[in-house]
Amino acid sequence: MPVPLLEARNLKKTFPAPGGAFAMGAASAVPAVDAVSLELAAGETLAIVGESGSGKTTLARMMLRLIEPDSGELLVEGRDFLAARGSQLRALRREMQMVFQDPFASLDPRMRVAAIVGEPLEIYEPSLSRADRRTRVVDVLRTVGLGEEALARYPHEFSGGQRQRIGIARALILRPRLVVADEPVSALDVSVGAQILELLQNLQRDFALTYLLISHSLPVVAQLATRIAVMQRGRIVETGPAAQILNAPAHPYTQSLIAAIPALPASAV
Amino acid sequence: MFAPATRNPSYDVAMAPLIDLRGLTVEIPTPAGWIRPVDDVSFALETGESLGLVGESGSGKSMLALALMGLLPPGAKVRGEAWFSGANGSSAARVNLLALGEREKIAVRGRDIAMIFQEPMTALNPVMRVGAQIAEAIRAHEPAISREQIHRRVLAALERAAVPEPAVRARQYPHQLSGGLRQRAMIAMALSGNDEGAARESGSRENGVTGKPRLLIADEPTTALDVTVQKQILELLAELRRELGLALLFITHDLGVVAQVADRIAVSYAGRIVETGPSREVLARPRHPYTAGLLRASPQLVRHKLEPIPGAVPSLTALPPGCAFEPRCPLRVPECAAAMPDLREAGPGHTARCILV
Repeated sequence: MPVPLLEARNLKKTFPAPGGAFAMGAASAVPAVDAVSLELAAGETLAIVGESGSGKTTLARMMLRLIEPDSGELLVEGRDFLAARGSQLRALRREMQMVFQDPFASLDPRMRVAAIVGEPLEIYEPSLSRADRRTRVVDVLRTVGLGEEALARYPHEFSGGQRQRIGIARALILRPRLVVADEPVSALDVSVGAQILELLQNLQRDFALTYLLISHSLPVVAQLATRIAVMQRGRIVETGPAAQILNAPAHPYTQSLIAAIPALPASAV
Repeated sequence: MFAPATRNPSYDVAMAPLIDLRGLTVEIPTPAGWIRPVDDVSFALETGESLGLVGESGSGKSMLALALMGLLPPGAKVRGEAWFSGANGSSAARVNLLALGEREKIAVRGRDIAMIFQEPMTALNPVMRVGAQIAEAIRAHEPAISREQIHRRVLAALERAAVPEPAVRARQYPHQLSGGLRQRAMIAMALSGNDEGAARESGSRENGVTGKPRLLIADEPTTALDVTVQKQILELLAELRRELGLALLFITHDLGVVAQVADRIAVSYAGRIVETGPSREVLARPRHPYTAGLLRASPQLVRHKLEPIPGAVPSLTALPPGCAFEPRCPLRVPECAAAMPDLREAGPGHTARCILV
């Protein structure tokens, strides 16, 4: 079996219990992520599904080392990610990029699109000439379906769907291998969300991307995921191939999640 | 101030719908000029019926709800009629909501028509106990009510919304409740005027309307909730409809939710209703290309090829001259750009605003 692109072993994270003047009673700290182990194979789309407070976003951020775990191991192709420092860490980080939920909040409103999308290049490839940087930005904008005229414009001049495309372009400009997408369509209208899901599918095919998809929505996950891990209260309660989880869920919690989805009449599908 | 009961003497008032919208139009000034988020909207809602108003952002669905509640932003212009039948459909209580003065509006709001919102955390007062907020809502319409009565009514309202341990919850602040419980607390508040006995005692029957909400407007009430909690809230609303004979105007962007809660659907696009009909019929056999497109773009549990609708919802400041959906429509023909089509008969009780129908 090939070495996983990214592997988590027994990851654990506990945030301090809320305290201070507004603390109501003595709340004890509950682990946000409790001994989670996961393997992410190159080229697959692993979806972490859970309701609010399940720990799915904390887990995803830990897997990128945006949050340091309290304990556990993280391996990138078998190498210790948690021990990586300096240039080694930078090199690993540029291979892993993130797409955020809210394209209105995640783009700097005072920056033009050229600067937003080109910024990672400035950081990781400072020796690149202005002209080369511009070419790379234009190229990546084209891959997400935006034209050159976007360069000089500001985020507020775009619709929600276009803004999400800008966020995806920024994530892709360093040609990462892994993209973590945290609720990439939940802030978008249905008709536009479908465009973004289709774009994510095409990009995966064209650039051999590996996706870690974080979502509360099983219908969204059903469109993209090859494997699904269901999280509840910091733990993974069920994991398996997407079709198996969706068609024959074994864990009662997964069953209740699926049963709660308001379905369309069969003839509409 | 009150409009005549009916303009047509042969109109059978016993059969009058609970609410009857005719050409409701709302115009709002913006820096880019006047926009029309609600444009010539007509529909009727019977007592106990549930209508799902479906649309994406910018479709005007929330503005329509605010118009009915008399809560439009300052400077808004409103045209058309919104006839609301009072208790038992009695003709004496038929009023045009849009022609009410401010005092009558306040009397209707919360007492006859109640509304719940997407985000209970922003709709509730964070520094006031839940019970006190519900008490305030009751007192607003029945100032003479005794403390004891209020206390009983608050607990009854929470109980009706299936809030466990109502006496405990009444003493808590909104942030101490989960999202689902907050939404239940808001439903309790919305329906707190609904007490037959108290309504009789306090004689709140001026203008022939009793103190009992008959229409609940729910604006994306479950969008911020987890699916398992959403399911519970939808079940609660169905139960309340059955028990209280409430009519429900349910505003949502989610076709799955609407399939579950609504008897009938009205699909809104860029301020206009583009398709109406029985829910099952519209969702199974959509006749407007926009409705059909939304269905094909909606993710389902079963993986299917999603077909996105190209482009984005047009800005209300720059609507196309003809059909608003024409620029995105896969079936467009040259005539579509000429003029906005009327709603056409597409089946029994089913209409669609498309020249291909």
